[in-house]
Amino acid sequence: MEAATIRRSGAGLPAVGLLMRRALYEVVRVPGAAIPGALAPTLFLLGLTATFGNLTKLPGFTTDDFMSFIVPVGILQGATFSGAATGVNLARDIEQGWFDRLLAAPVPRGALLAGIVFSASLRSLLPISMLLIVAFSLGVDFPGIDGLLVALVLALAFSAATACYSTTLALRFKTQAAAPLMQAGAFMAVLFTTSYAPLELLTGLLHDIATVNPVTQIVDAARQGFVGDVTWTDTWPGIVAVLGIGAVFALLALRGLRRMGR
Amino acid sequence: MTGLRDYLRVVGALGRRSIKQSFRRPQFLAPILLFPTLFLILNTGGAGSAEEIPGFPEVNGILDFEMPGTLIQCTLLAGVSAGIAMALDVEVGFLDRLVTAPVRRSAIVIGRLVATAVLGLLAGVYFMVLGLLAGMQVEGGLLGYLVVLFMVPLSAVAFGSIGAALALKSGKASVVQGIFPIVFVILFLSSAFFPRNLLTEPAATIADYNPMSYMAEAIRDGVISDVSVEPLLKGVAGLAVVIALGGLLCAAALRSRLRAG
Repeated sequence: MEAATIRRSGAGLPAVGLLMRRALYEVVRVPGAAIPGALAPTLFLLGLTATFGNLTKLPGFTTDDFMSFIVPVGILQGATFSGAATGVNLARDIEQGWFDRLLAAPVPRGALLAGIVFSASLRSLLPISMLLIVAFSLGVDFPGIDGLLVALVLALAFSAATACYSTTLALRFKTQAAAPLMQAGAFMAVLFTTSYAPLELLTGLLHDIATVNPVTQIVDAARQGFVGDVTWTDTWPGIVAVLGIGAVFALLALRGLRRMGR
Repeated sequence: MTGLRDYLRVVGALGRRSIKQSFRRPQFLAPILLFPTLFLILNTGGAGSAEEIPGFPEVNGILDFEMPGTLIQCTLLAGVSAGIAMALDVEVGFLDRLVTAPVRRSAIVIGRLVATAVLGLLAGVYFMVLGLLAGMQVEGGLLGYLVVLFMVPLSAVAFGSIGAALALKSGKASVVQGIFPIVFVILFLSSAFFPRNLLTEPAATIADYNPMSYMAEAIRDGVISDVSVEPLLKGVAGLAVVIALGGLLCAAALRSRLRAG
């Protein structure tokens, strides 16, 4: 009864802040664990540009600079790696029993989820910043304040959505062995879109998947400033898609949290 | 003669153990099949119109061009998996027990590499069947298939030797796992997925010196045309370079581990 009163009395917000701070400490204290995830999107950006850079010669390609075209994909990859890492860390906390102690604390479950999820958004700023520094120094044009803002807001929201997805899996499987499922699922969700080329130039299974994959809307919305002008018509589908994906996985994660310890 | 028979028996036993280990733990097998399959769909779909680019070689379909890259990718991941499995052996103390047993030290590494070759071959067969079902044509006919069956297991051995060296040196599975993104970049800096003449700089220059380019091109030659001697010899030379490098690194890492006790 007392715990329930405390849970309703506003203990949530400080808990969210503390969990976010703990996630940041992890980055500082164990940089070796964070570096591969932070570097990977930049390495993929360089690798994909090196290999497929000449795809821009195809008639109908929307830009003549492949790196500019693919930067938003790298930004969203950075977001997904951070989101997936959050789930892996949660699975570790569950394995080690630390999460049980957190569940026993007088903190609303929603606040626990918010702390975990927002920490993913915060952590994603590291790979995204690294990627943007490299991209701009290699000649990618500045997308304008509006273009950058749209890309960043969508990336942070997508990181939170991915964190909800990986949290759902962590709560379901309760083991770090589920890590490949978290990482590969999120990673492929971004790549099976218009990541390599505009939809009209995609072929085969990739074209079919990209057409129905809601993440395509997010990639296209985040890409606007890098390949042209930002318009509301191209922005709102991305916002709807990220909110929709986030809402579905947030509900699943909350359900998983409520079932924990019962 | 008895010595050789004993040696081969140890290699066989350790190889069988490694294969069983891979089939019992899906986390070792899944990346070898799953990631290259997904990238095959991505690359053929994403670069599906690339045949229209001037300078792109004449092929029956983009799948024919991309399949050799996928085969190299799967052997590369088989090498990483072999490294992770070997590092786990170090972590749990299995390697220490093997070292104290009356067996030649090289058999420990060779056993693991034989298993990697078998896994590479199985994965190669899986991808070839997948490709043929999806409409791939092997223009080189029987010789083309033989080149694949020759190059793929040996590529797995080559990359497995690098993975094993890393495992022996670090003794940590997380370190070997950490090279995963780097592995992809090294592959992208080759002609595995796109023709060398259409890569952008500096990747085009790096690809000229990357043995993976020649390994992929040797396989590709037999898939998109009749088998020719020059690409095959260059592919074998690429294999020899990586195997020699991996062998030297393995020997050095094992020696330093044993010296450190």
